[in-house]
Amino acid sequence: MRNLFIMLLIAVLVYCGTVLSRPENLADEQVLRRGNGAEVQTLDPHKAEGVPASNILRDLYEGLTIEAPDGKVIPGTAKSWEISDDGKTYTFHLRENAKWSNGDPVTAHDFVYGLRRSVDPATASKYSQILAPILNAEDVIAGKQPVENLGVRALDDHTLEIRLKASTPYFLGLLNHSSTYPVHKASVEKYGNEFSRPGKLVSNGAYVLREWVIQSHIKLERNTNYWDNENTIIDTVYYYPIEDQSTELKRYRAGEIDRTEDVPSQQIKWIKKNLPDELQIAPYLGSYYFGFNLTRPPFKDNLKLRRALSMAINREIITEKITGLGEKPLYSWVPPGINGYAPAKFDYADWPQKKRIEEARRLYREAGYSRSNPLTVEIRYNTSENHKKIAIAIAAMWKQALGVKTRLVNEEWKVFLENRKQKQLTQVFRAGWIGDYNDPYNFMEILLSKHGLNDSAYMNPEYDELLHQASMEADPKKRFQLMRQAEALVLRDHPVIPIYSYVSSHLIKPWVGNYVPNILDHNYSKDLYILKH
Amino acid sequence: MLRYSLKRLLGAIPTLLILMTLAFFMMRAAPGGPFDTEKSLPAEIQANLDKKYHLDEPLIQQYGRYLWDLAHGDFGPSFQYKDYSVNELIATGFPVSLRLGLSAIAIALVVGVALGTLAALRQNSVTDYSVMTLAMTGISIPNFVLAPILILIFAVYLGWLPAGGWNDGAFRNTLLPIIGLALPQIAYISRLMRGSMIEVLRSNPIRTARAKGLPERVVILRHALKPALLPVVSFLGPATAAVITGSVVIEQIFGIPGLGRYFVQGALNRDYTLVMGVVVFYGALIILFNFIVDLVYAMLDPKVRYA
Repeated sequence: MRNLFIMLLIAVLVYCGTVLSRPENLADEQVLRRGNGAEVQTLDPHKAEGVPASNILRDLYEGLTIEAPDGKVIPGTAKSWEISDDGKTYTFHLRENAKWSNGDPVTAHDFVYGLRRSVDPATASKYSQILAPILNAEDVIAGKQPVENLGVRALDDHTLEIRLKASTPYFLGLLNHSSTYPVHKASVEKYGNEFSRPGKLVSNGAYVLREWVIQSHIKLERNTNYWDNENTIIDTVYYYPIEDQSTELKRYRAGEIDRTEDVPSQQIKWIKKNLPDELQIAPYLGSYYFGFNLTRPPFKDNLKLRRALSMAINREIITEKITGLGEKPLYSWVPPGINGYAPAKFDYADWPQKKRIEEARRLYREAGYSRSNPLTVEIRYNTSENHKKIAIAIAAMWKQALGVKTRLVNEEWKVFLENRKQKQLTQVFRAGWIGDYNDPYNFMEILLSKHGLNDSAYMNPEYDELLHQASMEADPKKRFQLMRQAEALVLRDHPVIPIYSYVSSHLIKPWVGNYVPNILDHNYSKDLYILKH
Repeated sequence: MLRYSLKRLLGAIPTLLILMTLAFFMMRAAPGGPFDTEKSLPAEIQANLDKKYHLDEPLIQQYGRYLWDLAHGDFGPSFQYKDYSVNELIATGFPVSLRLGLSAIAIALVVGVALGTLAALRQNSVTDYSVMTLAMTGISIPNFVLAPILILIFAVYLGWLPAGGWNDGAFRNTLLPIIGLALPQIAYISRLMRGSMIEVLRSNPIRTARAKGLPERVVILRHALKPALLPVVSFLGPATAAVITGSVVIEQIFGIPGLGRYFVQGALNRDYTLVMGVVVFYGALIILFNFIVDLVYAMLDPKVRYA
């Protein structure tokens, strides 16, 4: 641990000592215009959720850690830290020159205030659960303990101590999540709910909020008090809420935005042909899967049937012919791309499709079904063109391979969620999950017996126990081993059918410099620049 | 007149109350709630949220609270846009929609009436057929097809106008959305106008006017136009209300910060207060515009008098 710490410290010092040399050929006007999906619901970092708000909050605020352009966790407002040998106590040393946009120093007390506010029941944060690794956080959220009991304290103005319930190796990666950001106490207390508005919002990141016209744009400008202002090149950032991807594409083509948030998949062929150099596709930490409702027939206690249905799906056809952006067929529960973690795989992952289908037919028969006595099943999904195409393809594959009769049911999002959670009507349902932080636990926890996203109702005490052990394990290697074991259980039991792992896709103008794709798809505007064009 | 107006306005209160009650309970009957996401929230967090937004109270109490706040002019906080109140969302969105809507309806009125009259005067001629074909096309091509075509031509290929965005309401940015909003209305109005104009031109007063030897221009402008406008006026009431509260399609496609998309988004997100706010607001506007239409009727048609 000590060696690791010294190495880390050296890395930190080297990083801080460099004023990056400015790239040549910079445009005179450093303005970046980003498409940003849906309108953000709030810029209060402790109430925010969803990708659009997170994109903007990463520019406005800075956590103890941040991410380098390639996604690696690097020091943010904390310039260095020490981790106790048991992995449960983190001591952060804050930068002396870190300032709020109004010039006030950013202190350890601000972080204490922010973290307490985040878990305070009065804040009613939806994402506060992400702070559960911190000592007493869960009790505070539940109102069983006062916020003062949260395991966070300022040792002095620039030293912050965070105590954890158990060693949590991905904890540093959590600290760039907006739930952990500090907020400026004086302005929160002065303005209450309105503190996150232009002219009132005091932030500690590379940018400050200048304008927010709902459904039109959000304009950020350089925060001259930011500690690393010297290395920030882009002066002004515009975020445009554009939900419709075709609209976004048109505005991109008309030269009104420099980076799209997404790409319309139905126009991907045109894009690949006409804008091949501007299309950026990269693996994205998310999985698209179908779930089985394990509480009712036909899938309750019917592993053979579940396995047969999973084997009969030709995932390659789905990623090549339907989604088409470069998604990867998924044969594991955890999507690939997490540092140091090699996901477990289905035992049939490497079989040719023909062999899979033969085996699927055998299992299907053993489960008591046949061509003359076929399974009748329903796939339920939330209304969307893409989900529909995938459901139709899978229904066709099941029909062809096994003779299964499938009924497709689409529902409006909230109705669909309600039905999925109630587990009364659903048989096979569509689902997806995008990781919040770069660790397999993100995905593994979903299938814990009591987890809020376990709509399959997978209950396996052995799985729960392995994950519990993993969450107490301080040694990263052993921890990954335990999780891999747990993942193998999922792949054996088939409570879900993983189908493909997501990709992030953007169109980026050639004059946007230093864009580096990364697995969480986080791009800080401060790391980019605009070239002459 | 004053008594009539007062009576009408007082009569609007029960209508609005019924509308509000229906909307309130229908919205609550829809499955799912404002804070549902894929991952169900831990019970404690759900309880914190419910408490904060008074969703833990009995429904009837929530209804009472809503009416009480509304009586004080407060639509409540938005569940979705947490930094804003529904009053603020309506106050920022409505001027944008109002400006676009009024421009569109004004253009539609002038162009539609002119085209309709022209077609009626040249009944069954080439002019008539071309105007009517255009009108039918305008009615049948939906906005979500028309608007992207306009953008492709004028923004992407020609580069004359922006492809979207509001830009604080700059003229260049409003042009395409206004055209997109006005075209279907032009189509409706010209058809209505043509029909009623043909009918009026065949009526006895016009025959008399012509028999007196009045020039055609005077016959049309002074005698025929007013009665022929009546159906258009009654169409204008609800049409104006619909257009100035925003069009979800046009707003979405052009990225306009108007009121229209709150109808759909509010409902999809189960943003109870926002949905209630726009429903009540829209309801009040429709009632108001129908009332104005009735008053205009009295001015146009001597047979209608409100005593």
